[in-house]
Amino acid sequence: MPGRTEFMYKLVLTVVLLALANMSFAADAQKTLLKVVDPYIELHTGPGRGYPIFYVAERGEKIQVLYRRTDWFKVRTKDNKEGWVSANQLQMTLEPSGKRMVVKDLGEKAFRQRSWEYGALVGNFGGASVISFYASYHFTENISTEISVSQDIGTASSSAFLGLNLVEEPFPEWTVSPFFSVGTGVIGTTPKTTLAASQNHNNQYADYALGARMHLTKRFLLRIEYRRYVVFSSRNAYEDIDEWKAGFGFFF
Amino acid sequence: MESRFRILFLIVLLSGLSQISLAADSTSGPVDNKADQIVPQEQVIQPQVKRRVIKVQNIGTDNLELTAFTGLLSIEDFGTHPVYGLRLDYHVTEDVFFQGTLGQSKGGTTSYERLSAGVPLLTDNQRKYIYYNISIGYNLLPGEAFLGRDLAYNTALYVLAGAGSTKFAGNNHFTITVGGGYRVDVTDWFVVHLDVRDHIFSNDVTGVDKTTHNFATTLGLTYVF
Repeated sequence: MPGRTEFMYKLVLTVVLLALANMSFAADAQKTLLKVVDPYIELHTGPGRGYPIFYVAERGEKIQVLYRRTDWFKVRTKDNKEGWVSANQLQMTLEPSGKRMVVKDLGEKAFRQRSWEYGALVGNFGGASVISFYASYHFTENISTEISVSQDIGTASSSAFLGLNLVEEPFPEWTVSPFFSVGTGVIGTTPKTTLAASQNHNNQYADYALGARMHLTKRFLLRIEYRRYVVFSSRNAYEDIDEWKAGFGFFF
Repeated sequence: MESRFRILFLIVLLSGLSQISLAADSTSGPVDNKADQIVPQEQVIQPQVKRRVIKVQNIGTDNLELTAFTGLLSIEDFGTHPVYGLRLDYHVTEDVFFQGTLGQSKGGTTSYERLSAGVPLLTDNQRKYIYYNISIGYNLLPGEAFLGRDLAYNTALYVLAGAGSTKFAGNNHFTITVGGGYRVDVTDWFVVHLDVRDHIFSNDVTGVDKTTHNFATTLGLTYVF
């Protein structure tokens, strides 16, 4: 019997490899030439505020943007000096069209209009520890659908579950934006090997949740939620399980 | 990349279509000949301004790092053994990053098993140690390291904490991970990591339920993309 951790391990591995296959080609940057119009811009040795400034490109000089790392841009000057310029300083340059270079900050608006969101949450599932990963797609600012994979690890058993939810966010413009969701899924439970042997079992469940998201910075959000599961066991009975989780997410 | 292909394909398709419609026009040409002659003269020269639009999205972003690591994992009561795995980092800001880790190792025999001569606590399969976790990290001390007179490398000392699951002794264990590391950016796309992590979980395989600390010291080679 493949274990839950093993299953999650393989799943995460697959996701990582898929992400790699997708992204390794995305880096062929269009080499952009920008003209410095403010008195000067500073080139740092590294992509961080503390790295020393080793070169100053003057007004009128043309610089080439190579690639970006967080809020820092690797640039090359005419005489082949390469260094890192902050997003703030890069906005003091002109594009070939004569317009100012604009580095869009991912503000509240980008957050509200996100389409994909991914994240991980940790919490408590009816007394057991739980870890869950989710991916959601937003049809509008208010409505999204979400798929999640979770693993809970209790003292007597551990289980893995896969869920599908429909999420409604009534006030996406609020700083702390509440949401509620309803959904369904399957849960597979494996008893601990040190306990007397009992059977693995798979059950269907329905769930609803209340929670909130908060945009922290850039592509980065905080999420907290309460979820109630109604697990339909094979004996025509059902079991209620309460879950609390908190974690982080990204949006694209 | 995919969308770029899609756009290219669309352009090819559209230009193909316009060719076809032009050809259709020319076949019906003779009828419109007169109308062509009285076309107003204002638009003789069509401005051929091709504006290059630069979007920040077009500049490649290198916020992801994939690391292959190997090292030693000290599994409490079960000895120290090689560990290896993969890590994926996503850098949100110059300070904060997220990390997902997958790793595996194998536990040895406990001193009890060795002293009692041949009473195995676990089957061979149960000694397999597989784990995953997700962590949040912070670049605490960014800096530079100097190698001789002419070489300087960007470095950072970072700390991180996270949660995950470990499968060991046939069971899953909820695991808290804390640790830190040192990174040396050899180039913009290649980084060397030295890491120490404590994987904390409770295990009852030795008879009592106790919290175990399982330290891993690893060396990682990283591709930035």
